[in-house]
Amino acid sequence: MADLLKDLDFFNLDEMLGHEERMVRDTVRQFVQREVLPTIERHFADETFPKELVPQMAELGFFGANLKGYGCAGMNNIAYGLIMQELEAGDSGLRSFASVQSALAMYSIYAWGSEEQKRRYLPEMAKGKLIGCFGLTEPDHGSDPGGMETRARRDGDGWVLNGTKRWITNGSIADLAVVYAKVPEGITGFLVERGTPGFTTRDIHGKFSMRASITSELIFEDVRLDDNARLPEARGLRAPLSCLTQARYGISWGVIGAARSCYHCALDYTKERKQFARPLAGYQLVQNKLVTMLTEITKAQLVCLRLGQLKDANKMRPEQVSFAKRNNVGMALEIARLARDMLGANGIVNEYPVIRHMLNLETVNTYEGAFDVQTLVLGRDITGLSAFE
Amino acid sequence: MKILVPVKRVPDPATTIRILPDGSGIATDNIKWVINPFDEIALEEALRIKEKQGGGDVALLSVGQQAWQEQLRTGLAMGADRAILVRADQPLDTLAIARVMAKIVGDEKPELVIIGKQAIDDDSNQVGQMLAEMLGWPQATFASKVEIAGTKCTVVREVDGGVETLAFELPAVITADLRLNEPRYASLPGIMKARKKELKEIPVDSLGLDLAPKLKIKALAAPAKRQAGRKVGSVEELVGVLHSEAKVI
Repeated sequence: MADLLKDLDFFNLDEMLGHEERMVRDTVRQFVQREVLPTIERHFADETFPKELVPQMAELGFFGANLKGYGCAGMNNIAYGLIMQELEAGDSGLRSFASVQSALAMYSIYAWGSEEQKRRYLPEMAKGKLIGCFGLTEPDHGSDPGGMETRARRDGDGWVLNGTKRWITNGSIADLAVVYAKVPEGITGFLVERGTPGFTTRDIHGKFSMRASITSELIFEDVRLDDNARLPEARGLRAPLSCLTQARYGISWGVIGAARSCYHCALDYTKERKQFARPLAGYQLVQNKLVTMLTEITKAQLVCLRLGQLKDANKMRPEQVSFAKRNNVGMALEIARLARDMLGANGIVNEYPVIRHMLNLETVNTYEGAFDVQTLVLGRDITGLSAFE
Repeated sequence: MKILVPVKRVPDPATTIRILPDGSGIATDNIKWVINPFDEIALEEALRIKEKQGGGDVALLSVGQQAWQEQLRTGLAMGADRAILVRADQPLDTLAIARVMAKIVGDEKPELVIIGKQAIDDDSNQVGQMLAEMLGWPQATFASKVEIAGTKCTVVREVDGGVETLAFELPAVITADLRLNEPRYASLPGIMKARKKELKEIPVDSLGLDLAPKLKIKALAAPAKRQAGRKVGSVEELVGVLHSEAKVI
């Protein structure tokens, strides 16, 4: 079996990383090797999330790792990206957990919450003692979040929340839901703690993808909230979209890990496997596929490294993140499909991680901004003409 | 308790080693460097002793070049309190390294030195023993279990065909074997804290030691490639080949 966490570094990009960044990468890689790979296939098969890994991930500082203060590690964005990359070399579901906790739930509070909300929630979330989820998507509103039907109306000093959110990662295991809703002034965010009367969750089963991750529906029926449950700085769609930009940034890095794992698997397999008395890797068609994989992964690495530099310099544009998300997820999905094909019948069994990565990446292609929508975002950016609004 | 943990920078065990064409050494381009895994185990043990005792001082010591700072930072990120790098740009043999360490031990006065039983690059397995001899301290090599009570130390060590238990008084030198523990990860908060920890550099020339090499590496060569096995047709043929060719029966 291939070393699934082996590096792929055709352009000596390691030299462009600082020693701290390499240390972070190595820590996460060791963690995945020791703690994730031995049990991930079982979790995927059983449709269970490896919740037992949360305390250790928290102790190692993976949650909100690029946020400053409030008990967060305060790493730079390249180190954060490397965490996502190595987690997703294990499983996209585990990376999704970290993404949602960090970039969606914690970042919502970090960017749009009050000082009191930040002090109350962020340290506990960094410690993994409080799990968050992010409710934006609804049954009838995915790529079009502005059409959301969840509403909050004023009621005395507080609010009453009604509506349904769907496809919510971590939903039923979350202690705190960050929920975006329409109010008369526009869109804003609310923090709804588990156990609040009228707030229930229901898990979505029958998934063929992200089976080691929890996906739920959040249901709000006349949920009474105090005004201090509102994110005071969240005004308009800009607030949740800024969180999605953070999440897409992490995804752009993450999928490189999944693609790399598929590449190593296909490379080792085709070098070993003989058909017509010689290794598959000796055939031109197979070499063409392997070289395509190498090339696309390397290009994606370069895009991420530059994107990380821009983010650290506060110069990153959301459109650049759309570029990276679209390109990198597209390439990872294509590589996983190629690897699945190259492994032949072995490509469909869980003795190899390829089919799991492939199935997971179908989700990643859709969530946090679907491939086609990212295309339209970029199309609007270069033409000045919106094809979807 | 003050504990000193010497660490060496070595190529990652997963790295494919290539020997330079002239046999003078290994190609170091594109090599990933790590703390010698046995030294990492030594560091883990030192950290556990400190945690068990509720305090103390764990200092790292390396003898090497500027780049060795990276491994010291990794050790600090794992939890060591401070680090000393004796800067030496010339290659040093095991005796010279032990002399430098003995000098630093004399200055630092730790109550315990824990070091890996050997470095995975040259597999010399000498420095710990030499250091104990130079200091006149007890030594317990290949430790698989360490227990400390006051100034008394008990070490279980792996020997051929079993285990041996040694009891001795501190200060002492212990060398760590593979099964002593499983080293922790460098956590992200640990990595951030390591930025602020002391990393002191001492030029090796300032120590006034005789470091002239007593050992010369004449050449390095890769192991011969293994010959492919061959299939035999029957038990009789196998027995015949073992007798006439392999000459083992």
